Order: sequence, then C-alpha cells, then structure tokens
Amino acid sequence: MSFFKKLKEKFTTQDTATDKYKDGLSKTRNSFTSRLNDLVANYRTVDEDFFEELEEIMIQADVGFDTVMELVEELKMEVKRQNIKDTEGIRSVISQKLVDIYYDGEEPDELLNMQEDDLTVILFVGVNGVGKTTTIGKLAHQFKEDGKKVVLAAGDTFRAGAIEQLEVWGDRVGVDTIKHSEGSDPAAVMYDAVQSARAKKADVLICDTAGRLQNKVNLMKELEKVKRVIEREIPGAPHEVLLALDATTGQNAMTQAKIFKEATNVSGIVLTKLDGTAKGGIVLAIKKELGIPVKFVGLGEKMDDLQPFNAEKYVYGLFSDLVDKEELIEEEE
Amino acid sequence: MAFEGLADRLQGSIQKIRGKGKVSEADVKEMMREVRLALLEADVNFKVVKNFVKQVSERAVGQEVMKSLTPGQQVIKVVKEELTELMGGEQSQIAVAKKPPTVIMMVGLQGAGKTTTSGKLASLLRKKHNRKPLLVAADIYRPAAIKQLETIGKQLSLPVFSMGDQVSPVEIAKAGIEKAKEEHHDYVLIDTAGRLHVDETLMDELKQIKELSDPDEIFLVVDSMTGQDAVTVAQNFDDALGVTGVVLTKLDGDTRGGAALSIRSVTGKPIKFAGMGEKMDALEPFHPERMASRILGMGDMLSLIEKAQTNVDEDKAKEMEKKLRTASFTLDDFLDQLGQVKQMGPLDELLKMIPGANKMKGLDNIDVDGKQLGHVEAIIQSMTAQEKEQPEIINASRRKRIARGSGRPIQEINRLLKQFEEMKKMMKQMTNAQAKGKKRGGFNFPFMQ
Repeated sequence: MSFFKKLKEKFTTQDTATDKYKDGLSKTRNSFTSRLNDLVANYRTVDEDFFEELEEIMIQADVGFDTVMELVEELKMEVKRQNIKDTEGIRSVISQKLVDIYYDGEEPDELLNMQEDDLTVILFVGVNGVGKTTTIGKLAHQFKEDGKKVVLAAGDTFRAGAIEQLEVWGDRVGVDTIKHSEGSDPAAVMYDAVQSARAKKADVLICDTAGRLQNKVNLMKELEKVKRVIEREIPGAPHEVLLALDATTGQNAMTQAKIFKEATNVSGIVLTKLDGTAKGGIVLAIKKELGIPVKFVGLGEKMDDLQPFNAEKYVYGLFSDLVDKEELIEEEE
Repeated sequence: MAFEGLADRLQGSIQKIRGKGKVSEADVKEMMREVRLALLEADVNFKVVKNFVKQVSERAVGQEVMKSLTPGQQVIKVVKEELTELMGGEQSQIAVAKKPPTVIMMVGLQGAGKTTTSGKLASLLRKKHNRKPLLVAADIYRPAAIKQLETIGKQLSLPVFSMGDQVSPVEIAKAGIEKAKEEHHDYVLIDTAGRLHVDETLMDELKQIKELSDPDEIFLVVDSMTGQDAVTVAQNFDDALGVTGVVLTKLDGDTRGGAALSIRSVTGKPIKFAGMGEKMDALEPFHPERMASRILGMGDMLSLIEKAQTNVDEDKAKEMEKKLRTASFTLDDFLDQLGQVKQMGPLDELLKMIPGANKMKGLDNIDVDGKQLGHVEAIIQSMTAQEKEQPEIINASRRKRIARGSGRPIQEINRLLKQFEEMKKMMKQMTNAQAKGKKRGGFNFPFMQ
C-alpha cells in the first residue's frame, strides 16, 4: 500500500480539523497539485526540461531554493537508478521525497512543552505584520477553553496601538493583560508579567513582543534581553519560543528563522495566513535546514482558526489530489 | 546567510569560458541558467523570470555577449539594463484632484503595513508638498487599528477622522471626505482593513468604497518580503480595483525584494514609494534602478553616495583633508568624523549598501551596532581639551580618570589610543606615498575591530 493511501485511510473518518485544513489549503492544493499533474501529463519523457519545470513548480510554492535544488538532484539519481523513463513513474517518487523532507526519518515534535502544575511561559517573536498578536489571542482562547488560567504580557511597547490590540483580545477571551505604557522597556513588562502570573497562580503566560526585522541588530539584542529577563525569573523559561511566520513570505523566511533562532532559540513556528493563496512551502526547508518544526497554522480570522500543526494532515491537504490520482492508477491495475 | 548575488553566481561559468577565446551558445545557456537561479532566489515570480531570461538570452546570444572579451561582465550589464528597463522610471508623484480634496485609498493584505504607511504618506504630503491631509480610519475589523492610526496622528500632529468600529467602512469613507471638504483638507487618506485578495465579501467592500469616494489614487501596499504569491495578490487587487500605484514596505530588511519585479511586470503599475524604517519619516521615493541592483545582489552604491553627500559637510571635509595631509589630525577631529558617519544612519545598513561587503573578509561578521561608536565617543568626550590635542600626555592616572568618566574599561582606552596613534602613522605614510605616487594603503578605524 502506498504512503498516501495509508494517509488517506487514516483520515477517512474526517474530523472537522481535517476539513479546516482542506478548506484552508484548497487554493494551495489546487494550484500546486494541478500544476504537478499538468506537468506529468504534458511531459512524456523525463528529461532536462521536465526537471526544469519541476523546479519551477516547487519554487512557486516557496519551498526554498536550496531544498528544491537538492530534491531535484536526488530525483535525477533516483530516475537513473530505477531506470524511470516516463513521467507517470516518477510521480510517486516526487511526492514521497517531498514528504521525506519534512519527516526526515523522525517524528517532529508538534506538541507544546507544557509544564505540569507550574507556570508555562510562551514567548512570541517575529518580523512586523506577521500576526503575532492575533495568534496570541487565538492561542489564549484555546488554553482558556482547555480550562487553563492565562495571562498575556503586552511586550510590544513600540508600535502604536499594539498594547490596545492585545488588550482587546484579552477582553474577548476573558484573560488578564499585563501592560506598561507605550515606549516603555519591554523587558520590564516581562518582569512584571512573570510576577503577576505567579501571584495569580496562572498556568500559562503568553508574551507578545514588537515585530522587528531580523537585520536590526539593536532590536534583536533587545529581544535577547527580554528572553534573558524571563529566564532569570523562571529557570527553564520561556518553555516555548514561537516564531510567527507569514505564509506569503518568500525566501527571506529562512533568514528570519535562522537569525531569530540565534537570538532566542526558537522552538517552533506558527505559520499564519495560510488561508490565502500562499503556500508556505518554506517551512519544509526551514525544518530541513534548521530543524524548527511548525507547531500551529493560522487558517482564518476567527478565534478558533488556529490549528495545531499536524504534518500528516498538512501533507495530506497539500497532496490530496495526488492521492486520489494515485489511487485511481492502483485501482486500474 | 546572505544569498549569492548574480556576479558570484556567474563566477563559475566565467572561469570555464576564460581561456577558451570564444564563447559558445552552450556557454551562454549556462550563464542564463545562473541568471534564472539568481532571480528565483530573490523571490521574483518564476513566470516573470522565464520571460525575462528569454529576453536576455536573445540579446546575449546575439553579438553583444559572444563577441565580447568579458562575457561575464557583459551578461551582467545586459541583465541589469533589461531589469532596469522592466522596473520602469522613477515615479513618485502623487495625483492631484482637479477639485480638492484628492482622495487616496490604501489597500492590501493583512500586516503589509497600510496603517503605518498611511501615516508616513500623510507626513510626506505635509512636509514635502505643503499639503493639509486628513487620515481616515476605515479599518473596523482589526482590534485597535483605529487607535493605532489615532496614535500615529497624534505623534505627527495630523488630524484623524474616525467613527469607531461599529459603522461600515463605506460610511466612514463617505463621512471622512465630507469632513475634509468642510475643513478644507486637500488630501484624504483612507486606511482600509487588510484583507485576503480571495475574500469576495471584503473585496466587494473595497469596490464600494472606491465607487463612493472616487479616489484619485489607489495604493496597493505590499510587504517586500513577499514570495511567489506576490503576482496573485497584485493581480487580484488590480483586477478588482484598478490600482494606480504600489508602495513597497519593510525594504529596510535584508530581503532581495524580487516581489517588486513580479508586481511591476504583472500589473504594469509603478512602484511609487518604499518604506525604509520604523520612523515616521522613513518613506522614500522608490528607485527602480537601485532595486534592480538589489535584486541582483549587487549592492546599492548610489544610495550610499547620496547619503554621504547629504550628510557630510563639504567645507569640513576639505579642512579635514588638509589636516590629514599635514598630520595635525587630533582626537577632536576624529570625534567630528564619527559624528558625521553616525549621521548617515545605522552602520550595518550602510555596510549593506556596499557591493560585495558581505563577502569582504572581516566585514561579513562585523558587529556594527553603533554602540561601539558610542563608546569611542564617550571615551574621547571624557578627555580634557589638552588631552585631545596631545594624546601622548595621557598617563596612567589620566587613563584611570577617563575610564571612570566614560564608564569603559581601561583596556578600551588603551586600545583606542593605540589605534589612533597607528592611524596617524598610517596617514603620514599615505600622504608620503601619495606624494611619491605609490600604492595606497588601508587603515583601520578604531570601531572596526
């Protein structure tokens, strides 16, 4: 049985989360897989032109340049080794390879590192406008639903209206927001938030930070300081450092992940705005090159539109057209 | 992890050609592959790349490259010319309505930077064009978006019109324009909510605002880090609204910004402005030819030279040159120089504009956060006038005092003095060498350790 068939069987009793993935990713899937299918249909033989176009398809999905090149090299070897001459034969090899990139022989850790009976601190970082504050609101909502006591820290003291934005989310969800005035030291906000979360015996403290471009050395140092203050107050914290990444971002996402990781030891990615037409394929490359797994995906604007990332579901959503086609072929045989 | 620029990419192919005496069609093809990859790496949409490479290939296979003695250089030249051509000329003018107020609509995806850009644009209109703009807060969806615009308005002392988040954006836009007429504002900037280009309901809302407010400009605000999807986004917004111009934001980041080329080539609309920083005056006219260099990873010398020109006092420069020649350069002069360098902006950004700086030994990992400059300043400022004139009188106890005054360790003061001494020596040698027509030497600034 093929890999995809297994995947499909796993999800034949489809829950709503899978549907959400399918809905959110439908535009993604349509354009990506239909192009892949077209490619296979258009080319009878596997030659240089075929590979060139395959490269382009994956590049269009923002998969990441180096990853694409490597993958194509591997495919070329595989074609030679198995003596594949027609494009039909290569289809399953392509999909399998793409999945392998993410799995890389191990089960990536998608669960959050939660502290039993103690305060869990989650720090959000990222460039400007990727959706950190919104994601925090959605995540707080989820924790609240799970019966956890949540405190928010308004660490974006720079951008106009950022504190209010987080407060609105806090009120909506029904959790406390710790804030200082605009322009104050974000590290001081964190210090207060940690004290307050402890005094309130909260389960989770979610810390917002100002968006910053990763090449701003001073701002990255400020972020290091923010993290240091949390560390000093609670050894082992922050327990998660989540990098919010806009799915529309191109190759620069790799640099973002690398530099934010250097500064704050990012433990996971939240891939936001995946409900658009962007594919967010760069997460495959980021996982492969930096080992940072995706933990959540943002699939819409509503409070419950934040889904825990599940690689199988993601891949299934991305390739479900292919699954169906592969099945058809198997049935014909 | 700086990406390789086109020049680096072409190195390999050029090496192969060198010594062959003749460039074959196959060689050109290989170089074209490198061109293609360089552009893809810069996030230019693959379709745009394809057409572009085809165009360049035709010119390259023709006489220009194959007959050239320096085919690599020639390819770069052709690519750069074609790219600049495609990017179009500089167009940062803003429409003026026959009957005021002129209405500008700001549209785009979530998080592109519409609200910030609205504020920057209003500030630019007032400062550079002597206009009296009114900002209209029509983003009722994102929490505190209205508050954000109001805060920006307060910072800039610019009026902001808002009706809260319970009124439809169409109504707000209408009322905003009325208000502008009443109060004789000549520009109205409507800050709309971010939305997905595939969200029909919200795109319809924009169409309604457009119909009602009859805008003179519709600016699509796009994040310069956008990947391949930039074409879809730009195309959809343009199809729905008829965009008149593009503002590229967050260009002070380290993205290559290939999205600029993608958008330009699918919509044909000019990119008018670029967001270059978080400060409210960091909105600059977009320079297509510089963007071409940036996409190709060739640095941005023009901007650097311009920055230097606007910030360096020419008379002072002449005086300094004389001092250098006569070796009467003191620590005071040095401090002065530092000040001028600092005025030009953050050092790391300056360095990035130099082509190949990321490849230069010692410069690739240099930690230029401006703080070291500050330290050097503090040390020099903690010296007496006499010490600055004659650093050789600074003995151990004076060093101790300076260290206390500047809050820097004594070792740092020693290092600075030593480097300054070496610098002076170097300058003397340089002037001597220049007189004799010898090769130039290089010297280290104390803040480049």
